Amino acid sequence: MSRALRWLWLIPLVVVLAATGWAGFAPIEAASREKLFEIPKGTYARRMSGDKVEILPAEIRLTLGVKDVLLLRNLDDVPQVFGPTIMMPGQSFRLPFERAAEYDFVCTAHASGKMTIRVEDEPVMPWQKIQWRFREWREKQAG
Amino acid sequence: MIRRLLCLLLAATAVGAAAPQPAQQLKAGVLSPAMAAPELKLAATDGKPLSLANYRGKVVLLAFGFSNCGEVCPITLATLAGARKKLGTDGANVQVVYVTVDPERDDAAQMKKFLGSFDATFVGGVGTRAEIDAAQKSYGISSTKTAHAGGGYSIGHSSSVYMIGRDGKLRAVMPYGHPVDDFVHDLKILLRG
Repeated sequence: MSRALRWLWLIPLVVVLAATGWAGFAPIEAASREKLFEIPKGTYARRMSGDKVEILPAEIRLTLGVKDVLLLRNLDDVPQVFGPTIMMPGQSFRLPFERAAEYDFVCTAHASGKMTIRVEDEPVMPWQKIQWRFREWREKQAG
Repeated sequence: MIRRLLCLLLAATAVGAAAPQPAQQLKAGVLSPAMAAPELKLAATDGKPLSLANYRGKVVLLAFGFSNCGEVCPITLATLAGARKKLGTDGANVQVVYVTVDPERDDAAQMKKFLGSFDATFVGGVGTRAEIDAAQKSYGISSTKTAHAGGGYSIGHSSSVYMIGRDGKLRAVMPYGHPVDDFVHDLKILLRG
């Protein structure tokens, strides 16, 4: 075995270390601070026909300074109540958050009638950034 | 050459200054596009019919509650009174309208006394159960009555403040718990618009 081949095992290690270093130390940036959710057309009709459709997650996580604005669009044909307000068909509601806390809202777009928004502080420490990036990646994979 | 560069620099500065500035963001949740605020068909605590159209030209802060409320309503009303006061003379262009969710106990006199303890300019909305239900429905307000073991009851209710622009359009909704300064910040923007 040549001398170069003997050191080949180091490559994946270096890649993992570099990725971890990036995930832990690179600043977290987002193209937009808005997290968009849409209530699709026909949601109310589907629910009235007995379909327990869930179009929004029961819990939405937001991160201060990164993704701290909830943007909801009502594309349905009927008004929808989301927490503090009623959204008419075609209307959107842009709600910014400035304090880390758990917010419970009434939401007619949910079969349960409620929705939780968990607002967290911006991740600062390396392990927090890694955890945040991993969660975001998992959310993207889940669609 | 230097003169040409200076001209280019001046032109770039002028273009930059003329470019539209991004709209100042509200602390409240913003509804877009803004639509006409649902009209209220209630009686006001000043003895007249309560109509939002009466306050066109002012920014209206509309909220729902009841005079026997021990926690949420006093905090909301104290916050709104504080915001009006902090706005100084501009506060005269802000009208607070507080609609009862407890028509069985809140008549015009009771609401007037309750609201007057926070700010004499606040106007209350009262009516029959059916009229109050209709007003609540049009704003997506929920309220739940809970009976007390020793008699009487309390009411859990939506506690946001609806911000209606000078043009009568429902612009924004401030969730419960925001401080006076957040209201002052948003009211200054809405009063300019």
